[in-house]
Amino acid sequence: MSLRSPLGRVLGLGAAKEGVQHWWHQRVSAVALILLATWFVLSLLTLGELSYENVHAWMARPVNATFLVLLVITVLYHSQLGVQVVIEDYLARKGVKVASLIASQFIHIALGALAVIAVLRTVFGAAA
Amino acid sequence: MAQFRLPPNSKIVAGKTYKAPADAKNVRVFKIYRFDPESGENPRIDTYEVDMATCGPMVLDALIKIKNEIDSTLTFRRSCREGICGSCAMNIDGKNTLACTKACEDIKGPIKIYPLPHMPVIKDLVPDLTNFYAQYAAVKPWLQTRTPAPPDRERLQSKQEQEKIDRPAACILCACCSTACPSYWWNGDRYLGPAALLAAYRWIIDSRDEATGERLDALEDPFRLYRCHTIMNCTEACPKNLNPARAIAEIKKKLAERRH
Repeated sequence: MSLRSPLGRVLGLGAAKEGVQHWWHQRVSAVALILLATWFVLSLLTLGELSYENVHAWMARPVNATFLVLLVITVLYHSQLGVQVVIEDYLARKGVKVASLIASQFIHIALGALAVIAVLRTVFGAAA
Repeated sequence: MAQFRLPPNSKIVAGKTYKAPADAKNVRVFKIYRFDPESGENPRIDTYEVDMATCGPMVLDALIKIKNEIDSTLTFRRSCREGICGSCAMNIDGKNTLACTKACEDIKGPIKIYPLPHMPVIKDLVPDLTNFYAQYAAVKPWLQTRTPAPPDRERLQSKQEQEKIDRPAACILCACCSTACPSYWWNGDRYLGPAALLAAYRWIIDSRDEATGERLDALEDPFRLYRCHTIMNCTEACPKNLNPARAIAEIKKKLAERRH
């Protein structure tokens, strides 16, 4: 039980002076994803046969490789922003919350590195 | 974790049934949440059969009739009975609204009445709104200026400027919106909720106020403001047809605007 006043409790530690950037980045990355995902789906549809040779030839073109790297980075960045909100919404216990936020960042960054390396490896790899 | 299940002592059990008199002509069934913290018992749902032939049209009329004629232990807040005081806000037929402006005939089947969701219950339909009022106080809902007022008249505002605050200022603080918001349910201790944010917005866009920047500073917080995920239950619930969701979106736009 606390005898702190209700207003004192609501004011708490004050405003974090943060959140606007998270909000803005979530929206900008969403717009970027609409463009990149549209490009990706259209590319897959017009690719024809999905053999390794065919896909490799398509990925090896600089514009496609660039967009593919941008797509995986943007997906994972947008996902990190979203998962962060879910964790903050539903995990009330401070220790669990902070540990989950850190774990989410590690996982997203690791997945991002893995995805970029996977794309680059295929792009710069032999044509099978 | 956010609490999704009720604690054992809050689980609802079956309650008593109060039958209508034999000569009743037009019987409606009311199922009402009852809880008395002093009894040590779990909350229950009591069933009241009310003869609408001798009852006013609104849900509040029926509640008053039940309290006067059937069961005087039923506890609820009410005052103006015309939708301007906000006292009789409760969850009726699954939706937060004012009992005094909700007509019984607009509800099909038994009329289910619960207190505002996810609030501590003081007794029956009376929730503890201490935190809600403190959140309202936290946004400093009063005019803040540095320019002294003109000595011979009030601070003037154009008609267009007045129209901007006309709707947001019509909020009666009934708490229907905030207690309809899932984000407020999970994080009501840190998220200010739609009602307090609508009040903040009302002062942010007031042309006479000179603390706009400080007001925005105080809201720039992942929890105070950005827990709003535009679920829009607030606007859906508002019995005065106000739009807290839009006010929150406008605050977010202003915060983005001052960065670019």
